[in-house]
Amino acid sequence: MSTATTHSAPSGAAGGSGSRDYEPNMVLATQTFDVVGSRPVRHDGTDKVTGRAVYGADVALPGTLHGTILRSPHAHARIRSIDTSKAAAMDGVLAVVTADDLPAAEDKLVDVGEGDTRLSYVHGNVLAKAKVLYQGHAVAAVAATNPHVAEQAAKAIAIDYEVLPCSMTAPEAMRTEAELLHDDLCTTELGERTDKVSNIADHFHWTLGDVDGGFARSDVVVERTFDTATVHQGYIEPHNVTALWNHDGRLHLWCSTQGAFVVRDVTSKILEIPVSSIRVTPTEIGGGFGGKIPVYMEPVAALLSKKSGRPVKILMSREDVFLGTGPTAGTHSRVKIGATKDGKIQAMEAELAYEAGAYPGSFVTPGGMCVFAAYECENISVEGYDVVVNKPSCAAYRAPGAPQAAFAAEQVIDEVAREIGMDPVDFRLRNAAKEGTRRVDGPKFRRIGCEEVLEAVRNHPHYQAPLEGPDRGRGVAVGFWFNVGLESSCTLNVNTNGTVNLVEGSTDIGGTRTSIAMQAAEVLGIPAEDILPEVVDTDSVGFTSVTGGSRTTFATGWAAHDAAQKIVTEMKARAAKLWSVEANQVDHAKGTYSSNGNSATFRELAGQASRTGGPVSATATVKPRGVGGSFAANIVDVQVDRETGKVDILRFTAIQDVGKAVHPSYVEGQMQGGSAQGIGWALNEEYFMGADGTMKNSTLLDYRMPTALDLPMIDTCIVEVANPGHPFGVRGVGEANIVPPLPAIANAIHDAVGARMQRLPMNPPAVWSALSES
Amino acid sequence: MQSVHVRSTINGQPAEFLCEARQSLLEVLRDVLRLTGTKEGCNDGNCGACTVDMDGRIVPACLVLGVEADGASITTVEGIADSAALHPVQSAFLEGAALQCGVCTPGFIVAAKALLDRNPDPTEDEIRLWLANNLCRCTGYDKIVRSVQAAAACQRQETAS
Repeated sequence: MSTATTHSAPSGAAGGSGSRDYEPNMVLATQTFDVVGSRPVRHDGTDKVTGRAVYGADVALPGTLHGTILRSPHAHARIRSIDTSKAAAMDGVLAVVTADDLPAAEDKLVDVGEGDTRLSYVHGNVLAKAKVLYQGHAVAAVAATNPHVAEQAAKAIAIDYEVLPCSMTAPEAMRTEAELLHDDLCTTELGERTDKVSNIADHFHWTLGDVDGGFARSDVVVERTFDTATVHQGYIEPHNVTALWNHDGRLHLWCSTQGAFVVRDVTSKILEIPVSSIRVTPTEIGGGFGGKIPVYMEPVAALLSKKSGRPVKILMSREDVFLGTGPTAGTHSRVKIGATKDGKIQAMEAELAYEAGAYPGSFVTPGGMCVFAAYECENISVEGYDVVVNKPSCAAYRAPGAPQAAFAAEQVIDEVAREIGMDPVDFRLRNAAKEGTRRVDGPKFRRIGCEEVLEAVRNHPHYQAPLEGPDRGRGVAVGFWFNVGLESSCTLNVNTNGTVNLVEGSTDIGGTRTSIAMQAAEVLGIPAEDILPEVVDTDSVGFTSVTGGSRTTFATGWAAHDAAQKIVTEMKARAAKLWSVEANQVDHAKGTYSSNGNSATFRELAGQASRTGGPVSATATVKPRGVGGSFAANIVDVQVDRETGKVDILRFTAIQDVGKAVHPSYVEGQMQGGSAQGIGWALNEEYFMGADGTMKNSTLLDYRMPTALDLPMIDTCIVEVANPGHPFGVRGVGEANIVPPLPAIANAIHDAVGARMQRLPMNPPAVWSALSES
Repeated sequence: MQSVHVRSTINGQPAEFLCEARQSLLEVLRDVLRLTGTKEGCNDGNCGACTVDMDGRIVPACLVLGVEADGASITTVEGIADSAALHPVQSAFLEGAALQCGVCTPGFIVAAKALLDRNPDPTEDEIRLWLANNLCRCTGYDKIVRSVQAAAACQRQETAS
């Protein structure tokens, strides 16, 4: 693995002149650290390689009933009636619920983890009322003494459907004659709510400068349209929940979720019970990628538990996961870019129509923010449409909205560069976004690493290496994604032997216990192994937002950093007491406290805690604003089989600005994982839909995710342009890496065989067709 | 439904259990014997999360009936480490950061051990082909393949010394 690391210091007072909504960094990422940047074994590792780690499906309370959810066989239908009497009468069935058992949804907004949505939409998705809006839409649920009985009972529920016409893509659903999914959904037009009932939930249009003038000045203008298929996050662990609505009125939920507090708060709103009545224990989670932020089964299991008086466990099947949970938007887009012969981009225009699925929220807005984020251009127009269609309601999927936009924009960039006769990396560098560049949606970038990432591409041995042989090609692309702050809490309890128990609320999907613990260890000057991190339930730690938005190592790590600073302050006071000096006379460096010739280690002071005032403990909460977005790029070599259209990835390099890699192995892992998901999205994955709006490939055999055999090693190049808004310079790293693979592979295919791929997936039939046409 | 009495050996110990004829080995391991290290990802043999060793063959436990375990010897992820130490494959996965969410990891550990039992020095291609039955959505497989290589090297060294 050629793991190059490029360092770059923050450029002084980042953010340029004027007011700043964050404090400049306290410690620069170019500083050397003792723990941050090392590669300790993860704290939860042994449990996970021995099978001892408890995931959601492994929870087993005494007397647990098994629930199952009955789902719609139709993509769009009115529910004329539901008859649950036969199911309820079956031996072993203890409870049956439908939407009638839910309290009526108030018309208000609810925070669902990464933004607000209407409560009625969350409600309607949990159990359909009056209409089903996609195949797999939950309609009823049963709890029984064993899963097989529950399944038989669900089959005995009689539902009379009136099947309605369905719209499966954004362009279809946008037609004026399209069947409406919601009779109360009015288009928000350029930020204003209208009374126009339509499948278009939102239409926005952002502009900068004079776009027409920019195109008129351009020597080269390229315009193309692109389509991408609906794809799924594809986590290996299906959704699960165990609910116990106790006789004291408290509801306890165990589930694998990206956000225990979101589950608590959304469930509270749906069931109309106080948040203090709900305790959510987040189990180990088998992947999420954004898809385990929404609440699906928790309120249903709760109702079944309330009705039966027993704990109820519901596990989704793989088919349920495909049909009933968050895919990411299929999209239709048009991108137009003009440049002068000197390689300067003069104008950029994008029109994006994203499928939201059954309820608004396609992530077209971040798609619009990201589509041209890598470029500095004075004249930009970006228009977006959020369109409801008869597919499952979209959930976030790693940099949600951005990869589809990049698939379009980065191919047009490639084509413009070729027409001008410039190297595509030089062309990007000539126009790269930098500190102070204004994005089309308004904000100016702070210190970012777009140029450094592109320079790393240009200088990478992979980019320099010759590529020989017929039907082989090389592609590059760059992509951007944000880093959100939101809220995190962390408590540190010092043990008398100098170890520290760390309590936090961010579910750990990819080693974040360790990356958070390392930041506390760095401040305390003790080894990472001396911190014992635990992810705990919502009764046991302060509010913590979702594990998502590339925020966990950034924000919960920051809370750990702040809590550790408090511990250092406290330890200085304890040492001062021992040595009869003032606390401000005690120095701390690398875990050793000293004053006037006295010296004690962290461990020694911890051992004396009882003598110096009792237990040492500190809690910190943060709502950080110094977020630092991340740029990622790929260099990819492909070989195209002209006879079959199959594309093989010969070599793949992922480059990303991570600010500061706290645990480089897991940073590389994020980059490699995002790349692999991007490769699957690019080459094979899609919801293959029949004309009746039903999915034809809802198994892991037919929904083809990459296997070990499909991929080469994925080389990583970590670029560290310190985020001046974080104590250690950290940027979120989890998501940006999935943005460039789609266009990089498309550009490589074009380089190999001259076909411009305007549709995803670029599977053998698609590539073969493109070859036959070109 | 009538239950069937099954006698088998699980992780080296004799095991007796009652199971329904329709229950898969995966259900028996997880729900009857509470060996929940074996994971369900698809229940149709396509993800490999429930990979176990059955009489020297690796199989997806979801495609084996519980009653078929009668007389068979089965090793699950819980039977890979001995009381004193982790298996080299397990140690290599930890050192090599070969897991992120960890839910596919038990299947990979069982499959990788089975590969190294047969082939102490597999090539990268052989590792990728052998592990193609196991899906991982987090890692891109890079660190998994490297960790299997590292485990193989470690085992060869142990054998030589």
